[in-house]
Amino acid sequence: MRPDSRNGSGERGSRCRRGRASRRRRRLAARYTLLTIGALVVLAPLYLTFVSSLLPPSALAERPPPLFPLDPQWHDYVIAWTQGDLGVYLRNSAIQTGIIVCGQLVTSVLAGYAFAFLRFPFKRALFVVFLATLMIPFEVTLVTNTQTISELGWYNTFAGLTVPFLATGVGTFLLRQAFLQIPRDLREAATLDGYGRLRFLLRIALPLARPALAALGVFSFLAAWNQYLWPLVVTGSGNGVRTVQIGLKLLQGTEVSRTDVALAGTVIAVLPLLVLLVVFQKQLVRSLTAGAVK
Amino acid sequence: MADVAFRGATKRFDRRPAVEHLDLEVADGELLVLLGPSGCGKTTALRMVAGLEEPDEGEIVIGGRVVNDVEPKDRDVAMVFQSYALYPHLNVERNIEFPLRRRGVDAQRRRQTVHEVAASLGLQELLARKPRELSGGQRQRVALARAIVRQPRAFLMDEPLSNLDAALRLQTRADIVALQARLGTTTLYVTHDQVEAMTMGHRIAVLDHGVLQQVGPPHALYDRPANLFVAKFLGSPGMNVLPATLEGTAAHVARVDGGHVPLGDDGVAASGQVASLAVGVRPEHLALSPSGTLEAKVLLVELLGADVHVLCQLGHQTKLVVRQDASAPRPAIGDGVRIAVARGSVHVFTGESGGRLGGPG
Ligand SMILES: Nc1ncnc2c1ncn2[C@@H]1O[C@H](COP(=O)(O)OP(=O)(O)OP(=O)(O)O)[C@@H](O)[C@H]1O
Ligand SMILES: [Mg+2]
Repeated sequence: MRPDSRNGSGERGSRCRRGRASRRRRRLAARYTLLTIGALVVLAPLYLTFVSSLLPPSALAERPPPLFPLDPQWHDYVIAWTQGDLGVYLRNSAIQTGIIVCGQLVTSVLAGYAFAFLRFPFKRALFVVFLATLMIPFEVTLVTNTQTISELGWYNTFAGLTVPFLATGVGTFLLRQAFLQIPRDLREAATLDGYGRLRFLLRIALPLARPALAALGVFSFLAAWNQYLWPLVVTGSGNGVRTVQIGLKLLQGTEVSRTDVALAGTVIAVLPLLVLLVVFQKQLVRSLTAGAVK
Repeated sequence: MADVAFRGATKRFDRRPAVEHLDLEVADGELLVLLGPSGCGKTTALRMVAGLEEPDEGEIVIGGRVVNDVEPKDRDVAMVFQSYALYPHLNVERNIEFPLRRRGVDAQRRRQTVHEVAASLGLQELLARKPRELSGGQRQRVALARAIVRQPRAFLMDEPLSNLDAALRLQTRADIVALQARLGTTTLYVTHDQVEAMTMGHRIAVLDHGVLQQVGPPHALYDRPANLFVAKFLGSPGMNVLPATLEGTAAHVARVDGGHVPLGDDGVAASGQVASLAVGVRPEHLALSPSGTLEAKVLLVELLGADVHVLCQLGHQTKLVVRQDASAPRPAIGDGVRIAVARGSVHVFTGESGGRLGGPG
């Protein structure tokens, strides 16, 4: 081999390496740009809501709207809280959401366990029916459900608000999949160790399905808390079981017909969700990416 | 402690028998090895004793009592799974303790028992770890600890060493034998490894396609295999099997590809009725010798440390392995050699069913 040819190949090699490095940098830059745009798109409405809630009514009409509240109107929050009765609505939402989340967790765990571990007639067919419920949007059954609820005398009660949501196809599916990950040997080892079905569920299966359980809890919390149509249909003015989303709507329609106050109310209403997201962030991400990693 | 017995136990999956009419007794305190190739029904047999599988026919007996209708948890047997089946979210201490919690043992006693058992298996340092933080060998010992902690009437072990590397397997093999001898607990040990079976079992039961082929002490199975399957399955390398025809009616000599082999003094009584025959000779009973009765060509010479395996071709079809001392002169590949058969070492089987007709012992 001639010395110059070796030289040449060396140079080509390093140029190639440099090319690869810059290509990697460019790809990284593109990725970050995309992520930044995505973050802006998601966060901008939240930020604008927060800023607008602190603006005086006069500033709200300005175009473009101010991006920073120079004179924050914190008392809008006080008005929203007191005049809008947000305390009561928040309490109602908390009760409604609590019942739905607990109900969904319990029914999903039990049904998921049955589909994963038990043998019973028509198991496959029943599971298909469960999955089929995922395809039906809630709006389709809205009228029937409203009728049922009012015939049961559950109009304007927490039962009416929550019972239709106590079981969920998604949750059942999620937990069934989680339980199916548990090796059969563990089930059998526990059987020989003297643990029956319920004890196995509580002592082995549930601890192992904790990520799925946490994810289901968060998702069902989000869905229940943000419900609007159903609470609107099955609650009225008396009795005081209306939820915070309805309360917000009312806040806009009544004496305090001020956009800044309505926005302050909105911020108050999403706070519980933000706290939840921050606390359960890790579980959420894990449950969403679990499929991708495997 | 108790004896364990299968009485005509049959288990079918989709009408295909996995275990067929198994009759087998494991004496109190015995270590019996269930040996057979993959898919022969070893695990199924074990699971029937544990109660994880219900026999379609026949009975399972533990301690003199038919347990077909007894729940697994009430059979008082402990199983060591091939996968170990440790509870991943519990640390070693809680894993070992797990069976005790359901038996009304108070916390103080539980702790003490767990620590004793852990100490006997060298696990004291690991009690706080989770299973995923353990090596394969350590996990295996935790699984053993969980089995012995509740002092069951019988151990059921399903290939407990198959996930360990060779060196560790050797060590753990000895440990399990010592442990079983110390505790004196009846043990049914499943493996597909004939070396494990030969070295560990008080007796070995060989299964093939769900059918029991032979039961007996290791040396009995090795020296007097009941059929061709057992003959080939035990020993490494297995017994050489050559198709043969009998010479005349005297039947002291069998003709095979490339020569003939002596059949020992009593010959084969049944020779008259048998159409086709197979003779079996273990590699250690063959030697390369100029005065040998078989003519062969060397195909392969394998040095395994102390031993040398010489693979030879007899005639057109037949191959056989000769075991030599490493110190003996080694042939080269392609050499023509003669092979001598040790007197009284030839087993005779029928060609069709593979049943034993005669041989040493
Ligand atoms: N649950 C089941 N359903 C259907 N067939 C099964 C089931 N369990 C075992 N079998 C079949 O029964 C036969 C015996 O299986 P078994 O697990 O007892 O074999 P094994 O001897 O333990 O094999 P290995 O050494 O591979 O573990 C196999 O043919 C297997 O396919
Ligand atoms: Mg098996």
